[in-house]
Amino acid sequence: MEVALSFVVSVFFAVAIYLMLSKHIIRILLGVSIFGNAVNLSIFTAGRLMREVPPIIPEALPTPEVATASPLPQALVLTAIVISFSLFAFLLVLAFRAYQELGTDDTDGMRVAEPEGEPMPPLGY
Amino acid sequence: MAAETIDISNAMLTAPTALGDWMLVAPVGLPILFGAVLLMVRHETRLHAGIAIAGLLLTLGANAALLLQVLADGPQVMTMGRWLPPFGISFTADALGASLAFVATLVASVCALYAMKDIGATGRRYGFYPFLMLLMAGVGGSFLTGDIFNLYVWFEVFLISSFGLLILGSTDRQLDGATKYAILNLVGTTLFLTATAYLYGTFGTLNMADIARKADAMRETGPLMTLTVLYLLAFGMKAAAFPVNFWLPASYHTPRIVTAALFGGVLTKVGVYALLRVLVMLFPVERAELSGVIAWVAAGTMVLGIMGAIAQSDIRRILGFVVISGVGVMLAGLALGTETGLTGTILYAFHSVLAMTALYLLAGVIKELGGSYSLHELGGLYRTYPAMGAFALVLMLAVAGLPPASGLWPKIMLVRASLDAGWPWLSFAILLTGLLTTIALGRMYILAIWRNRPGQAPSDAATGAPGYGYGSMALLCVPIILLGIYPEPFIRVAEAAASGLLDASAYIGAVFPAEAAQ
Amino acid sequence: MRTLIFRTVAPYLTSLMILFSIFVLLRGHNEPGGGFIGGLIAASAFAIYGIACGVSPVRRALYFHPMAISGFGLLVSAISGWLSLAFNVPFMTGLWTKVSVLGVPVDLSTVLFFDIGVYLVVLGSITSVALALEEREHG
Repeated sequence: MEVALSFVVSVFFAVAIYLMLSKHIIRILLGVSIFGNAVNLSIFTAGRLMREVPPIIPEALPTPEVATASPLPQALVLTAIVISFSLFAFLLVLAFRAYQELGTDDTDGMRVAEPEGEPMPPLGY
Repeated sequence: MAAETIDISNAMLTAPTALGDWMLVAPVGLPILFGAVLLMVRHETRLHAGIAIAGLLLTLGANAALLLQVLADGPQVMTMGRWLPPFGISFTADALGASLAFVATLVASVCALYAMKDIGATGRRYGFYPFLMLLMAGVGGSFLTGDIFNLYVWFEVFLISSFGLLILGSTDRQLDGATKYAILNLVGTTLFLTATAYLYGTFGTLNMADIARKADAMRETGPLMTLTVLYLLAFGMKAAAFPVNFWLPASYHTPRIVTAALFGGVLTKVGVYALLRVLVMLFPVERAELSGVIAWVAAGTMVLGIMGAIAQSDIRRILGFVVISGVGVMLAGLALGTETGLTGTILYAFHSVLAMTALYLLAGVIKELGGSYSLHELGGLYRTYPAMGAFALVLMLAVAGLPPASGLWPKIMLVRASLDAGWPWLSFAILLTGLLTTIALGRMYILAIWRNRPGQAPSDAATGAPGYGYGSMALLCVPIILLGIYPEPFIRVAEAAASGLLDASAYIGAVFPAEAAQ
Repeated sequence: MRTLIFRTVAPYLTSLMILFSIFVLLRGHNEPGGGFIGGLIAASAFAIYGIACGVSPVRRALYFHPMAISGFGLLVSAISGWLSLAFNVPFMTGLWTKVSVLGVPVDLSTVLFFDIGVYLVVLGSITSVALALEEREHG
């Protein structure tokens, strides 16, 4: 199962990087989102995959009875999902606003902050 | 419930927590509390500045107390929720984190003061002050946390607050700049998360003290080099190191000037701090192997950064490139990794936080008095506002690294350290950067302040001295000049921070007191 | 989107979803659920209400501004961490107490209040983003 998931992760990474290399903001955003998911999935896989074995230690024992998945990566993934979700929501709004105001989602056309062909700074005093 | 019968002393803290330990949480907890209150009174815009400044001053006090405590007794630790490390999230303050948190809060307080005039009622209603408080909570958390995943969380906290600050006003330029800033920073933090995931897979722990003590044993088997390179890339993006720095000049000139001041002063330094913490303290052997690469990155960042500044005619864009070049100088110390080099880097970080913030505020004052940011239109300010000319001169000398201001000593240390390490070319790069900075800022000084104004003064230029602008710059110039003429206390703090990084035993001992005693 | 069916159903759907979100919030201590997901459900409830009936009824229904709600949530969370100060335990330690409400013992804890805070933060911030987008769409 881990092997299969690592292939999925690698595909996710490949897709994400391909999309992020695009010129269009919307594709870049999709790429960023998949990138985040790839990382989350790899953390999740790293914590071992188990079916419904809660990592709870019985009261009488010092360790769990059976092997369980590490719960910490799952907590990390949850945190990372929450964070990337809110950042992504913000990014979507931002990109949408930028698209509305600038009239393009092509990064070549987004040159408002750094206009092309600016005059040289003054050469003499 | 049989919970009482279980011996919890192996996993949980049983001793009561001393009140002094709360100084560790206060630099993060106080801004969050005040930020929450500010969000609730969003429409009472007149109250905002007062609440925010009170909150920041309290935070500053807590930071000062923490710094004194750290300098006197060594690293301080508090582990959240009574769990013992490495199970709970530890907040660990050593001299490096505490001193940087103090300096960052200092400039944030000054920025809050300046913003009383710069940010009007609309900006306040859009949440300038709450975002400022949450940004400082994130920055303080990044400096003080002792857990690498928690560091990621604080990175995201200040990142999302910085988005809010960046688009305050929602002009076209801001949206354009913010889009690039947001996407590239998000990619950077995702890389950080990737590295942290592999780190957890390798070490099975996220506590930095725990990682530091286990790194030696893992060196044979674990992919520590991969981790180090990933962290270098991720934090290099945060710190705006060449060649992954293009988000900075694309965005830092677009927000309100006080926001730019705070960003230029503080945010890149968080990246540098993270680089120091992870590369020097956790993976010193890998850092030593990578030192050649880091040195070239440093040289590229500082020289190309300042060359970018020379090519610009908008003051804010010049300053954006100056920030980048300063990051390059700091990375030089990281590349060297010797005690002198790291002391120089840390001292340069203090100087850069203060001086870059002050320079951006100066740009704000220039805009207010001269009505423009463009070197084509400015001029003649010296005649009407001699005090501003004096401030500008001091700050220019500081950033160029000339006496009597703050930039001199860290540069001397870094040049000395690179000569000692047998890398004369690196010291040449640092000195060349100093020369080019003098040219770039000197030209700015001559064009904006000294020469006669080329055209008519625009009608929106203010008349009369700007009280808040002068006051904030004066507040920042005091430590800048102090660092220039009486650097010993600053150097002592920086030395303590550098030796704490190089020899992590005090840090580890503070987190795991039981094992240190054995 | 303002069809008759949707507009008729939306208020009931919204109230059901908010009820469910509170259920999810409270069940979150030991079972799947919690403040974040509860807050998301509540925020999507308000978003649906906004799509169906327009943004101003939602703002009226919320009474407080969404950002103020999330500020309050942040305050609740922060205070539930700071409460540890009074008990000589580290920041964010879970403190428990039992209260009897009408003869029924109820476990109250700072963990619960932290979660309620998270719920309000998520509810406030996501609702404010969603409402801002919907306003733009219709305006």
